Amino acid sequence: MSEELVFRFKVDGDDFTSAGQASVQVKKNLRQLGLSAEVIKRVSVAMYEGEINMVIHAGGGDAEVRVSEDYIEIVLDDKGPGIKNIDLAMQEGYSTASDTIRSLGFGAGMGLPNMRKYTDYMDIQSEIGVGTKIVMRVNC
Amino acid sequence: MTVNELISTGYFKPVSLPSPNREIVGAYVGDLLSWVMGRAEADNAWITIMSNVNVIAVATLTDVSCVILAEGVSLDGEVLSVALEKGVNVLSCELPLYEAAIKLGGMI
Repeated sequence: MSEELVFRFKVDGDDFTSAGQASVQVKKNLRQLGLSAEVIKRVSVAMYEGEINMVIHAGGGDAEVRVSEDYIEIVLDDKGPGIKNIDLAMQEGYSTASDTIRSLGFGAGMGLPNMRKYTDYMDIQSEIGVGTKIVMRVNC
Repeated sequence: MTVNELISTGYFKPVSLPSPNREIVGAYVGDLLSWVMGRAEADNAWITIMSNVNVIAVATLTDVSCVILAEGVSLDGEVLSVALEKGVNVLSCELPLYEAAIKLGGMI
């Protein structure tokens, strides 16, 4: 029986400039595990978008990456304001990000669509005023 | 063509050059980071006018061979030190985005 590997990260909500650190670390870890470049890219993109979302919208949160034999699972958990309309948020180009965020090259409304595009499974549970939990899987 | 060979043409100046022998295969032009994340390919040269620290994260994650800052955009010291630390090549040029892409496209 193979043991499941778990990487846990605290995503800092105050520091927009350090956003991406968890994703970069995950990419490094997955490389060391010898996973294919394609899988690593898909996990990295999905994770980065999720990380940025948590920084922009939720004041940070927790990220967990589980590596099992068949897939990599990314769990993003935040205590932010929640997503009002998930269907709308999943549409390319829809964004509630501020002008400041846009001036940094984000807020194009591509985050959640990219996360769906690059993963094989994605589930969003969100409650207004409570937070959002996103589970994504990329098959190995 | 390697990043170093691109620099030796004289059109693009090195800003951060930790991996000068990276091979450039194709290019991508864009400033919206999510868009670039999803579309730039590994070993591309990425031409942009964005120069904040998130550019370095995106360059690392997409594994582009270099970032080319067009239109005379420069990196501040903090971002430069992150680029060096993460092993991200960054070049700059005075050319506008379109001209920079044309120039690069003719060489790679």
